[in-house]
This record gives sequence, structure tokens and C-alpha cells, in this order.
Amino acid sequence: MASAAQRRIKSISYAKYGYMFIAPFFLVYCFFQIWPLIYTFILSFQGNQSLNGQFVGLDNYTTILFGHGVAQGAAATSEKFMNALGNTFILWFGNFIPQILLSLLLAVWFTDAKVKLPGKGFFKVVMYMPNIITAASVAALFVNLFGDSKYYFINATLMNMGLEEPIKFVTDPIVSKIMVMFIQTWLWFGNTMIMLMSGIMGINPSLFEAANIDGANSRQVFFKVTLPLLQPIMVYTLVTSMIGGLQMFDIPFLYHQGANYSLDLETVAVFIYANFNKGTVEQANYGYAGAASIIIFIITAILGSITFYMNRDKDEIAQKKQRKRAMKQYKEKMKRGGLTL
Amino acid sequence: MSMKQQYGQPKDNYHAKIIAKSTFIFIICVILTLICLIPIYILIVNSTHGHMDLAKNPSNFWFGDSLADNFNTLLGKVKTGAARQYSGSFDVVQGYINSLLIAGATTGLTVFFSALTAYGLTVYDFKLRSAAYTFIIAVMMIPVQVSSAGFVRFMYQLGLINNYIPLIVPAIAAPAVIFFMRSYMKSSFPLDIVEAARIDGCAEFRTFLTIAIPMMKPAIAVQAIFAFVANWNNFYTQNMILKNEKLVTMPIMVAKVLGFDKNIDYGVNYLCITLSILPIVVIYFILSKFIIAGVALGGVKE
Repeated sequence: MASAAQRRIKSISYAKYGYMFIAPFFLVYCFFQIWPLIYTFILSFQGNQSLNGQFVGLDNYTTILFGHGVAQGAAATSEKFMNALGNTFILWFGNFIPQILLSLLLAVWFTDAKVKLPGKGFFKVVMYMPNIITAASVAALFVNLFGDSKYYFINATLMNMGLEEPIKFVTDPIVSKIMVMFIQTWLWFGNTMIMLMSGIMGINPSLFEAANIDGANSRQVFFKVTLPLLQPIMVYTLVTSMIGGLQMFDIPFLYHQGANYSLDLETVAVFIYANFNKGTVEQANYGYAGAASIIIFIITAILGSITFYMNRDKDEIAQKKQRKRAMKQYKEKMKRGGLTL
Repeated sequence: MSMKQQYGQPKDNYHAKIIAKSTFIFIICVILTLICLIPIYILIVNSTHGHMDLAKNPSNFWFGDSLADNFNTLLGKVKTGAARQYSGSFDVVQGYINSLLIAGATTGLTVFFSALTAYGLTVYDFKLRSAAYTFIIAVMMIPVQVSSAGFVRFMYQLGLINNYIPLIVPAIAAPAVIFFMRSYMKSSFPLDIVEAARIDGCAEFRTFLTIAIPMMKPAIAVQAIFAFVANWNNFYTQNMILKNEKLVTMPIMVAKVLGFDKNIDYGVNYLCITLSILPIVVIYFILSKFIIAGVALGGVKE
């Protein structure tokens, strides 16, 4: 039985507190995120450099996508953007594939009850470690270790071991891409591994037991039990990794900074940054930066809605459908005059 | 032929297989561990070697004796071109203070306001609740890069370049942290407690401060660690906003050192990088249990 006080409290509306509690988030988010996003959208329809502030329609989009536009060097800008888009895709693909394979393998091994592995906790801790190190420092570290000449650690060590010519780990267009892929994998495989592990541990253990009793070997267990049940988390990992890949900035930017500057590693994020972050407003290309940002935003939105769709609560959807069907049947029945046939 | 002859002792075979597999996995794990640790080890080793030493032999696997000299160069205590260059761009103490200030303030704001928003979304029933929650989930994945052009332009208009406000205040709005905290509250915060507090005459905000926050400590701790690490490591936003030498943070200083093209001192280079990652690595090894558990939680959907 509810007491008098409880009943009185039930009758008071606390809704206004709800609004008060979530207000700071929405105010700050609108001011620092939503408005800048809208402003970026506006900027993408405005001119660059001295034309800044003037409406130019879709010029920036046609320039960076197709190379026609009124601005000087439109074709070169388009080429640069396409190069950046290509690099982003190559670098993402080249780090995602080894990363997911390695992480999946490790996650399966670490969660396999049959494998006796001493120091499992230590391995996990060490493998996650690269992920928390400042990306700027990681780039600096690898540039200093893998420098092009014999005066740097890796080349010196390899040449002591009999290598004739130093390998151009930093400036070679292909080798430097492989290096960035390696660094990205190095940074992220621990993180992906732990996420996949928690996914595997969420699978009902009796399914693995049943498979074992039925005589399935570890390969069959992996392909017939683990992988299908891991699908939602794999999709989540894939999409977050793709969105993360579109943002790839620190490593490619710093790996080819200063004396090593080149376009070989320029990603879309670097393209955007390089266009708006130069000198004064009259020197910067806010229009190109804005247009490139909006293109990335659209790609992200599509990818995001895929995860959103995949991660919906399936039971709830099924329930809703059932309710709808029941309602329909009921209406049908009423039409026939409430007769049950 | 009997079964035994064909297959041997079934149990022996099974054990041998498991031992072989475990050994193989152990070896792979050791190799991966070495790949993770060797760069850091070489970094620390090389920061104890002098420039001349490294120019003669860059391939060192054991500590040298020039750590003090490298420190003197970095702190500008000697009068060389390299010393002037490094001490001018890499002010260690200032860098630590600036980074700590930004990371500390953002961490505090992120966890407090995210807990507040999550509490508001869980405890109260109001018309726009599900709309607000859907909005938070929808914006969770928008990358910073997408709005950065407008953000920087806007900050120029407000005169907030070279100011910590655009780096600290936006931390109030962290959709991913809210998402995590809301899931945590849903699973381990009984709403009856709020009602009990009301009957005892506790004001709503005080209920949040004195009852909800202590109960959410585990979630807050995990998110605080992640927020701190993320903000300490943030190079992109800080590099856009901070142009003044006195205000720059650790990652920007490292990037500057990386950009030097003359008067390079390899030993000091390594020392700078070591100093920039040391605090975070030490914190990590102290708190690694929480961090690993936190990552695992983040991977599991509600």
C-alpha cells in the first residue's frame, strides 16, 4: 500500500527537473558542435581566400570533386582531394585487415578455455598499451627510430646485420604508407582484441560445450559458432573503425611533417586541416575545407546509420510487429461485424 | 587394426595437442609483447645517449651515460644552438602544467555533466526524453574533423584563439560518455532510492550529488581515466586553437621538435618524446586493470 506521502509525491510532476538536468549538455553541444557544423555547411557554399564570405553556390563541391570551377587551380585541388580520399581508404584498409585478423585470432585464443596460457593478464595489458600513448609522440618515435639514413636506429641495426642500402621508411611513397598502416595496427589491435574478447565472453558458454560434445574441432567452432554470434560486434567494430579511419590525422600528418613533407600520406582530415589552417582568413580555403567536411559528414552519417540499424533491439522490433499484426487482425474482425469464424 | 593402434591413446594425443597449441600461442604472444614494448624500451635507452654517441652508433640496446647532458641541453643550461632551439620550443615544466590543466579540467567537466545528463535521462520522465536520448546516440559518431573548419572560424570571431575555453568548455557535452553512464545507471541504479530521498525531503539536485554520484563511482572512475588520456593526447583541436608558445601542450611541443630541420640533437629528441609519454604510461600501468575492464565494458552493448 502506498502511503499518503508516496501518493502525494506521485502526483507532483518532476518533468522540469529532467529538462534542467539535461540542459547544460544541450546548450554546450549546440554552441560548440551544432553551430560549428552548420557554419561549416554555410562555409562550404562560400568562396575561398579573398572571396571569403561571398556565396558561390556549389562551386567548392564541383571543384574538389570534379575539378571544374572558377577558382584558379581547380583541377589541382580536385586532384589533391581525390589523392587524399584514396590515401585515406588505402591507409584504413591496410590497417583494418591485419588488425581485425590479429585481434580476432588473439581474442579466440584468450577466451579458449582449453588453452593453458600463463600471464594472460600481462599480455592483455601490454598489448593495449600502445593505444593510450599520445599519437603525436608515437609518430615522433617512429620517425626517430625509422629515419631514412644510417644514422637512425632501425636502418643502423639492419645495416649492422648486413643490409647494403638504408631503407627509406619515411620518405618512400609506398614504404611510408606501409609504415603508417603498421603504426595504426600497432596502436589499435589491443583495443579491438579486448572488445572482441568481451563479445566472445558474452556468448552463451553452453553453445561451445554443445559443439565440443558433438565433436567439433576448433576451426568448426570458430566458423560455425563464434563468428556468426559475433556478427553484431564485428559490424560495430567495422563501422567505428571506418569512421575512425576517416578521421585519421595525427600519424599521417606528423609522419610527413616539415622536411619530410609530401602528399603521399595526406588523408582527408589532413586535407581539411591544411585548407583552413593557413595564415589569415584571406589566405585560408574555408570553402574547400567546408565542402570536404560535409562530404565526410555524409559518408559518416551513412556508416553510422548502418550500425544504428544493425544494433537495434531485435526483440523489441519483433514485438512491435506482432502488436501491429494483432491490431490488424482485430480491425479485420471488427469489419466483419465482430464475428469469429 | 584396432582403434588403439590407429589413433594411439586418445587421452595422450589430446594432451599433447593442447600443450603444443598453448606453447605456440604463448610464443606468438611473447613476440607481440616484444613488438609493443621494444619501441618504448629503445626510446628510453636512446634518450640516455648523447648526440655524438648516437651519430657514431645509433643502434644501442643498453643505457648510456648522457641523460644529464641531454637534460641540460633541453633546459637550456648550455650555450649551443641546439640548446637554444630545444629549450625555446620544448618547455617541459610549462608543457606539463598546460597539459595537466586542460586534461584535468576537461575530465572533471566531462564526468560531472555526463553523469548529470545520464541521471536526468534515467530518473525523470518527460515528454522529450526519448527524443533527447535518440539525439545523443545519433551525434555520438560525428567526428570532430567534420565541424572543425566552422569551429575554428567561429572561435576566431569570438576572439577565443589562444584561449583554453574552446578546449575545456566543450567537454561538458560528451555524448559517448553519457551513453555509457546511462547504460550503467539503467543496470545498477535503483530508482526507488530517489523516491525514498524525496520522502525524506531531499532536494532533487542534492539527491544527485549525495546519492547518485557516490553510487556511480565505478562508471565515473572508468570514464574519468579515458577522458583524461584522450585529452592529454589530443593534438588536433589543441593545435588549431593554441598558437601562443606559452600556452602549448605536450603533444604540440613534440610535433614542433619533430619539425626541426637543423641543429637536431638525436639524444634530446628521444628525451623529449620520453618525457611526453612517461606520465601516461606510468598512469596506465598503475590503473591498467580498470582500463582493460573499461574497454571491455565499452564493447558490450546494453
